[in-house]
Amino acid sequence: MRGGADVFYREAGQYKTTYAADMAIFPIRQDRYGLALILLIAFVAIPAFGNQFFINTMMIPFLILSLAAIGLNLLTGYTGLLSLGTGAFMGVGAYACYKLETFFPQVNILVWIVASGFVSALVGVAFGLPSLRIKGFYLAVATLAAQFFLEWCFARAPWLVNYNDSGAIEVPSETLFGLPVTGPTATPVTRYLVVLTIVAAMAWIASNIVHGRIGRMWMAVRDMDIAAELIGIRLLRAKLLAFAVSSFYIGVAGALMVFLWLGAAEAEAFNIDLSFQILFMIIIGGLGSIVGAFFGATIIHLLPIALRALPAMVGLSIDAARIDQLTFMITGILIIVFLIAEPHGLARLWQTAKQKLRVWPFPY
Amino acid sequence: MDLLHAIFIDPFAQMIGSPDLLAQTIWEGFVGGVLYSLIALGFVLIFKASGVFNFAQGIMMVFAALTLVGLHEKGVPAWVGLILTIAVMYALAVGIERLVLRPLVNQPDIILFMATFGITYFLIGFGELVFGGNPKSMITKELFLPSGSIDLHILGGRVQLQKLDIAAAAIALIMVAGLALFFQKTRIGRALRAVADDHQAALSVGISLNQIWVIVWFTAGVVALATGIFWGARSDVSFALQVVALKALPVLILGGLTSVPGAIVGGLIIGIGEKLGEFYWGPLLGGGIESWLAYFIALAFLLFRPQGLFGERIIERI
Repeated sequence: MRGGADVFYREAGQYKTTYAADMAIFPIRQDRYGLALILLIAFVAIPAFGNQFFINTMMIPFLILSLAAIGLNLLTGYTGLLSLGTGAFMGVGAYACYKLETFFPQVNILVWIVASGFVSALVGVAFGLPSLRIKGFYLAVATLAAQFFLEWCFARAPWLVNYNDSGAIEVPSETLFGLPVTGPTATPVTRYLVVLTIVAAMAWIASNIVHGRIGRMWMAVRDMDIAAELIGIRLLRAKLLAFAVSSFYIGVAGALMVFLWLGAAEAEAFNIDLSFQILFMIIIGGLGSIVGAFFGATIIHLLPIALRALPAMVGLSIDAARIDQLTFMITGILIIVFLIAEPHGLARLWQTAKQKLRVWPFPY
Repeated sequence: MDLLHAIFIDPFAQMIGSPDLLAQTIWEGFVGGVLYSLIALGFVLIFKASGVFNFAQGIMMVFAALTLVGLHEKGVPAWVGLILTIAVMYALAVGIERLVLRPLVNQPDIILFMATFGITYFLIGFGELVFGGNPKSMITKELFLPSGSIDLHILGGRVQLQKLDIAAAAIALIMVAGLALFFQKTRIGRALRAVADDHQAALSVGISLNQIWVIVWFTAGVVALATGIFWGARSDVSFALQVVALKALPVLILGGLTSVPGAIVGGLIIGIGEKLGEFYWGPLLGGGIESWLAYFIALAFLLFRPQGLFGERIIERI
């Protein structure tokens, strides 16, 4: 019944003959089909049918915030180091990209977006050093030092914004293969496709990192760092590597946020609220899960937008301030409800659902 | 050389040159520190008894102050308003215990931490819905809080002390002393300390965890109300005030998450250090260093004592 079984979500009849196949990221064929379908929708259907509002205010920020959440998840979810400096590290990426871009405008913008990730990684390593001695909530507060110090730098160092009067980064127009990708002339669809390509590639890389030796090293450190040290993991390197890789992802997300979404940003854009938002995403989505980062971004970013649009859709007219207040309340309640229903996040819920499907119609 | 001079010699020369300014700066730092201590105290109470890192402490402070002012705006006399606000804080404590803590018992710390974010969001929305989002001014006169200032002519100059600040320091002192007595001498206080030591052992000798949590969250709510009154009197009562609560975090880790004296000493170190740093060294860096200096002070202490000054020693076992 091999052909018939494909209809259902189960792996009966899919034999694995090598270790590599067994350890593959998507060992089940249906998962691979599902992923292909999602990518097809993301790359073809959304650009073709999505309207400007949908792409600009929902999809682009969703992808960028997901990328930042993946970055934070590498640090917090996989390595167990709680950080509240995400917003500032996104800022480092954004300001680095802006400086590099305005110094060398002829170089391809994608190169600078990646390079700004490396700058952010360096800063991340510097602020990651205390993590060797300080743990748990103490470390979280220590990362707040990074958050407030960097934010202060963004606001107080005019060199970072090339001494312009507004004190904000303004993104110049740049082209890629002849198409404008940044600045006011770029169409949302072009920007969306660039962001999607980068995010998909980096999510794939992250998934490979965490499934490999490095990922296991991080998880050993997370579960108990002294035990990890005893089995021969060098804590200094493991923790700093986690800070570096995580900050790299977050920095790239920051650069994308300013260059391909907002178009201009002040120091305010990278404040503590952004850090908390990203942290919410990984907790709601699921700590230690790449797909969880996407789930979390859906709930935290898209849910308030949907809630705001809801009263107008059903024909109720409520004034904007009231909607904002209700959105806050409902978001708060939903966070608590989700946590009570599944403290391990939506990723765990997703896994449970898949397991149920696999054994369906039997309970076990 | 100029830089070294500006960092290491000039500020101290200024301090010795005009001791009245130094005294003024230290006094301002002291008052700020006392108020940070009060916020940190709310955090510590809850962390000790329920292991929850309560991010909502800042918003509880704003919410309490808003309720008090909002009730007064609706024509309720100040004293009745104060009692009603305390009742609201009690209802909040019961609600949080029933709806949030009880279903989440025994979950990892980070989940409970996250849940307090949910509470924060809810309270922001709810507070604005009921009382409106505009900044309000605190009803200092109706609460018989003094205004104006006292000028001391000492140290060859003039040191100005706001009467409100003196009252704040005095009330903070009374509250801390009261809480210490409550913890040490009463039956409930003993139960609280037992719960803080070991949840399971406390349960096994018949202490009701749920009841203790309500008491602790209510106490933290009352502390939040007192803090809210004084912060509100110094600026406005608005949601921007909850940022102040973030300032209490370095105080908290400096003193140790589980220590009441730590919260007090930490608050004073941070408050005074921050003001001195801003006043004497801030101009070197273009000012505004208050926003991060507290975190760096705390970080410096933590590198030598990772559990904070008075925190329980972290013992790690395999």
